[in-house]
Amino acid sequence: MTDYEIVIGLEVHLQLKTKSKVFCGCSTAFGAPPNTHVCPVCLGFPGSLPVLNRDALKLGAKTAIALNCRVEEEIKFDRKNYFYPDLPKAYQISQFSQPLSRHGYLQILFDGKEKRIGITRVHLEEDTGKLFHTQDASLIDFNRSGTPLLEIVSEPDMSSPEEAYLYLTALKSILEYIDVSDCNMEEGSLRCDANVSVRKKGVKELGVKTEIKNMNSFKAVKAALEYEAERQIETIGSGGKITQETRLFDSARGVTEPMRSKEESHDYRYFPEPDLTPFDFAKNILEDVKNEMPELPGPKRKRFMSNYGLSDYDAAVLVSDKAMADYFEKCASLYRNSKIIANWIMGDISAYMKEHGLTIDRLNLKSEYLTGMLDMIDKGVISGKIAKSLLIDSIQTGKDPILLVKEKGLEQITDAGQIDQAVDQVIKENQKIVGDFISGKQNAVMALVGKVMTKTKGKANPRKVIEMLKKRLKGEA
Amino acid sequence: MAITKDTVKYAANLARIELSEKELEHFTGQLDRVLEYVHKLEGLNVEKLAPTSHVMDIKNVYRDDIVKESLPASEAIKNAPAKEGDLFKVQKIIEA
Repeated sequence: MTDYEIVIGLEVHLQLKTKSKVFCGCSTAFGAPPNTHVCPVCLGFPGSLPVLNRDALKLGAKTAIALNCRVEEEIKFDRKNYFYPDLPKAYQISQFSQPLSRHGYLQILFDGKEKRIGITRVHLEEDTGKLFHTQDASLIDFNRSGTPLLEIVSEPDMSSPEEAYLYLTALKSILEYIDVSDCNMEEGSLRCDANVSVRKKGVKELGVKTEIKNMNSFKAVKAALEYEAERQIETIGSGGKITQETRLFDSARGVTEPMRSKEESHDYRYFPEPDLTPFDFAKNILEDVKNEMPELPGPKRKRFMSNYGLSDYDAAVLVSDKAMADYFEKCASLYRNSKIIANWIMGDISAYMKEHGLTIDRLNLKSEYLTGMLDMIDKGVISGKIAKSLLIDSIQTGKDPILLVKEKGLEQITDAGQIDQAVDQVIKENQKIVGDFISGKQNAVMALVGKVMTKTKGKANPRKVIEMLKKRLKGEA
Repeated sequence: MAITKDTVKYAANLARIELSEKELEHFTGQLDRVLEYVHKLEGLNVEKLAPTSHVMDIKNVYRDDIVKESLPASEAIKNAPAKEGDLFKVQKIIEA
């Protein structure tokens, strides 16, 4: 395994978030009854003519810029000819020789190091209809046919399934920041195919590659690549040869298998689409698009590190989700210690969101509630332990933690008399542990602290409890 | 001969057209004459002409992103040779 090098390139198809299709006025809304978002254009009726949706090109240009691509001066569309019933025209309007953009890249963070993954091209095309296969026929719903689709092709720059996973995560994060797509793999608004080959280390030429399809999550992409690389290495290792083919990933069994389809080797016979004019306005709207461009995850991560003194890791986690990054910044404007905010967001809050399948923008926790609670900890009003359950309570009730503390009487007990009383009782009830402490077991005191905390329902100030316990025990000794 | 029978056979397959041996012979001859005629263009001096992909000298014809009414499903599939419910029906694509 270690004698071999894995070479991976990814092809991502992204549905753009326009209201209407790329070449006609049909709605792009997901989940409509079959064949209700169709018209003569997207059904390929004779005599119908496509007209480009301006916003599709704009969103495409925005993506290209965010991916550091060079947007071309003049672009045109081409017909990609093939016989497959997912497109009724027997061709797909795509871009071949003059695509929207080329020569981009994005950065991934692998093992704490930045690596640049090249992007060959980003071009605009139309999505296909959806096929359903029954026992003896294939059925077609053309609602999706003509949805604007961006094809983002990477260079074969990834050398492990892990890097491929990181590329996809970084890409999705950028796409979400610039708000060009829903990026929902389950609904198919983001789809990924992978090209993978292996070669002996030191060999220059690329090995024969296979194309893997049918992966419906980033984790599935990683699993499929792991399986396929291993399979190729084993095949070559035992004297076999890799055939260039398309393989489908079976996520249930975790294997890739050759796709058996009636499709033959491709000859797309691209030629210019005569029904659409060339376009040079992508270049003209570049200024607009650049002005609309939000701060992207990469620069934001660096800013978080320098402005808030966060570690590389913390900053990377926070900026991976724009809503989370925004939430953090709102909190940081209200509360001084950024690291503590980051800890709460990445710790208890993230754990809660994960458990309940929520994102931070759908979480019922105002930023001022979190920072108000942190203030209470600092002022000694509540203990850190109470804060953990108070946070959950606030999320679930939507109430201000300050109010909850008053309502439920959660204020930390700092009153010496009350703590004294509890300490007294605990010492009386736990003579064995007290004995352990006296005979030299220093740690035994922590067990007693725990008992006092239980007795005071977590409301005693732990530092005060330790202080008083030690004083009392030493006095008795 | 600018075109061979094999090329015509290949093109026919791409277009999903079945040709008999006699038709193949016939179309190879026909296509050959067509290509020969088109080859005349090679004799022209195009040095001063910019390459073009479109016959009309216009650019940037587009529409705004506005949803328009679609056809009802019943209308959309009305002329389909085969259907099932509101879906178009074709020969099975994936082999079992």
